[in-house]
Amino acid sequence: MARTDFGPPHYTQMLPPVIQRNYGKWKYHERLKPGLLKHVAESGDELYTVRAGSERLLSTDRVREICDIADKYCEGYVRFTSRHNIEFLVSDGSKVEQLIAELRNKGYPVGGTGHSITNIVHTQGWAHCHTPATDASGLVKALMDELYDYFMSWKLPAYCRISLACCLNMCGAVHCSDVAILGIHRKPPKPNHEIIRTKCEIPNVIAACPTGAIRPDPKEKSLIINEKRCMYCGNCYTMCPGLPLADAEGDGVSIWVGGKVSSARTPPAFSRLVIPYLPNNPPRWPETVAAVKNIIETWARHAHKHERMGEWIERIGWDRFFLLTGIPFTEQLIDDFTFATETFRTTPAFKW
Amino acid sequence: MPDSETPLLDELEKGPWPSFVRDMREAAQKKPAAKDLMRQLELSYKEKVGHWKHGGIVGVKGYGGGVIGRYSDRPDLFPNVEMFHTLRVNQPSGWFYTTKALRALCDVWDKHGSGLTNFHGATGDIILLGTTTEHLQLCFDDLAEIGFDLGGSGSCLRTPSACVGPARCEYACIDTLDICHDLTVAYQEQLHRPMFPYKFKIKVAGCPNDCVASIARSDLSVIGTWKGNIQIDEDEVGKYWESGFDIQGEVVDLCPTKCMEWDAHSRTLKINDRECNRCMHCINQMPKALRPGEQRGATILVGGKAPIVQGALLSWVVVPFMKMEPPYGELKDLVNKIFDWWDENAKMRERLGELINRLGMGQFLRATGLRPVPQMIIRPRANPYYFWSAEEVK
Ligand code: HEM
Ligand code: HEM
Ligand code: HEM
Ligand code: HEM
Ligand code: SF4
Ligand code: SF4
Ligand code: SF4
Ligand code: SF4
Repeated sequence: MARTDFGPPHYTQMLPPVIQRNYGKWKYHERLKPGLLKHVAESGDELYTVRAGSERLLSTDRVREICDIADKYCEGYVRFTSRHNIEFLVSDGSKVEQLIAELRNKGYPVGGTGHSITNIVHTQGWAHCHTPATDASGLVKALMDELYDYFMSWKLPAYCRISLACCLNMCGAVHCSDVAILGIHRKPPKPNHEIIRTKCEIPNVIAACPTGAIRPDPKEKSLIINEKRCMYCGNCYTMCPGLPLADAEGDGVSIWVGGKVSSARTPPAFSRLVIPYLPNNPPRWPETVAAVKNIIETWARHAHKHERMGEWIERIGWDRFFLLTGIPFTEQLIDDFTFATETFRTTPAFKW
Repeated sequence: MPDSETPLLDELEKGPWPSFVRDMREAAQKKPAAKDLMRQLELSYKEKVGHWKHGGIVGVKGYGGGVIGRYSDRPDLFPNVEMFHTLRVNQPSGWFYTTKALRALCDVWDKHGSGLTNFHGATGDIILLGTTTEHLQLCFDDLAEIGFDLGGSGSCLRTPSACVGPARCEYACIDTLDICHDLTVAYQEQLHRPMFPYKFKIKVAGCPNDCVASIARSDLSVIGTWKGNIQIDEDEVGKYWESGFDIQGEVVDLCPTKCMEWDAHSRTLKINDRECNRCMHCINQMPKALRPGEQRGATILVGGKAPIVQGALLSWVVVPFMKMEPPYGELKDLVNKIFDWWDENAKMRERLGELINRLGMGQFLRATGLRPVPQMIIRPRANPYYFWSAEEVK
């Protein structure tokens, strides 16, 4: 019997010597240029961090290539960030420029620190999940090709975090990003009575529906969907494979903006819906890419320094946001779910 | 040369950003499964729908979670991905690796799987994408050999994760890596054997910048903070000023509580720390001159989650300040009480935040023995529908 429940490797085995020596004793850091941080410890030791973008979906060959680079410049240590970037930690400052040059040569973009766009947190999409309404890796690749400059430079007023989740499960937890891209379905599930009868626990499926759109069908020993009440969350499909809702015309992408998780200046906030639907158009999703770019560039033109997307919008007002971006306002943007009335305006003071 | 089988995906090999298609193609040269994965993905690009069947339970001996079953719905076209299961592998705290460990992982995965990975999945695990049922146990055994265990999946504690913390960030008020590792090891049973009403996530951030998005993504968020005065290094403040940095405009004016004052003549920066809400803005802008106060600990928040089922929630403050010293007894006491209360009261697939919303924060506080304090709320209630217990009315 194999050993079980031994837990992850202890992190201390994985820390470069300079970190082991200075753990918890860092004094300050400087942002030398996009993609390059310098940390200085109380002891005077210096640590350079070179941050590079990655495609997240990595072949073992690519991981080995990353290891080769880390062996050459970083004494055999490397780390990843919560946003799928790779960080090369260099204790010998004289190697930094060589490392950056080698990364560029091998096609790794160096950037993603400071007032830039950093890598897009994303999920599995058509490559590996069963509930997606859009792809993830492909849409992210198309976006980052277009936003590449903003990864490599400090042209933006503040941080900009983009996230993408390919269905409402939001594995990628996109609901608190400056720009969130969320795959959505727009058609109710199509019951397959045979599968429902044989594979699904009917009371659990009924209970899973947040809008009460599902009731039993005693005649078929199956389920009926009240299509008017369904808002295509896919929760029932997760409970029961007999209720698929993916559909080439129905599925696509929605855009949410203005969220954040840090407490700097203003509290964390949810992203808000601004574009309810854009079509899936692989391989490059031109509508989505253009929409995201428009939003980011409008913000970049108008925001004050340090003003995150949501802080800017709250300052100028959402009425003004729609005017400046030229995004049409539609009925879907007005909430009608559980906490809807909290978002209605309760003053006649607003902007034209 | 025959025409490419994947003309749509090929488009995504162009452009400056690193391409996952290149990685797939490299893996496809060695592994038939990776090749069929590409072909199936191409079909999805053509038809605009996915081609994975719903779920399917597979696993390794002794565990109920850590593996996600995956089957193609077109095994007739893509026989090599008929089974293409995912292993979630528990990452070391902070996502640090030796290249030795990474190479060992690659060797195991080349032996048993598709040669494709995610560094990392959205919960933080190392994701190994695509193997067959027969290889699951063998792969797990080999992973155990090189010191890697599975993470969580299903209705259980999910793999906890932490920001880089004291390993490299001078802002860290708590030892995020150690707390994350300690909790992960302490709760192996809850991690590997689904037994909860639904998933439960713990994330640890070293300061209110919250670089792991704990407030949005975890049922229990541990966020480092401090009490007392922000430490000011006068000399360094002066140097920022000399370098042309706009202390008034970029720091003082943006302080949300307006508790800072800058006098350019005498070059003094004053903070009325009683009014500071520890948002981190000034420290973020002047990391050489300002540091968090000396008395460190964490704010504990609960209830964060994504929209499924009832809507998204951000975590709520329940303990404004908790000291964080190993073995973290006070935190574990609280976690145990939360697990018990949630387990006993939640409906199936009801997250902690939804349960608190349904039964009321009062019940949560009584169950955990936490004291009500003003820090828990933004403002008090505006409706008159509240409870008294019989004892209180006597
Ligand atoms: C900037 C935007 C966003 C970011 C950066 C973001 C980030 C994250 C992260 C990191 C997670 C954690 C996933 C995990 O722990 O496994 C998560 C989970 C989730 N997010 Fe978002 N998210 C964003 C926007 C959204 C939006 C707009 C939605 C929905 C409208 C959403 C829904 C979810 C859901 C449902 C989860 C699953 C969380 C759970 O229940 O544990 N997220 N998100
Ligand atoms: C049979 C059903 C499911 C399967 C096979 C499945 C599969 C997966 C896979 C492969 C991942 C890894 C994604 C990544 O690394 O980016 C994932 C992540 C995730 N899933 Fe699911 N999922 C299922 C159901 C659900 C449901 C019902 C929810 C929420 C209601 C959910 C929430 C999440 C979240 C929050 C993550 C991110 C956590 C992580 O990356 O570990 N999943 N899921
Ligand atoms: C020395 C290391 C780091 C420093 C000094 C640092 C600093 C900061 C600061 C100042 C913020 C707040 C931004 C604001 O709202 O004003 C922030 C937010 C954030 N950082 Fe970092 N960071 C560091 C490392 C990282 C790493 C390694 C990651 C992950 C890859 C990361 C991910 C994030 C995320 C996700 C946020 C939240 C953004 C949001 O509000 O949505 N940070 N960081
Ligand atoms: C048991 C609870 C309550 C009772 C018996 C009650 C009773 C009343 C009565 C009789 C009036 C009319 C006064 C008048 O027009 O001369 C009134 C006005 C008002 N009540 Fe209440 N009230 C209660 C709770 C509340 C609560 C919880 C709120 C606020 C959240 C509230 C807000 C108001 C306001 C704003 C007015 C003035 C309306 C106006 O002038 O526009 N009341 N209340
Ligand atoms: S967001 Fe939805 S479709 Fe995408 S990986 Fe997660 S569960 Fe699957
Ligand atoms: S998709 Fe969601 S709303 Fe529609 S029937 Fe299923 S559970 Fe209900
Ligand atoms: S959350 Fe705070 S302590 Fe942790 S990495 Fe981010 S800035 Fe540093
Ligand atoms: S931490 Fe925030 S509230 Fe406190 S002094 Fe600095 S900017 Fe002001």
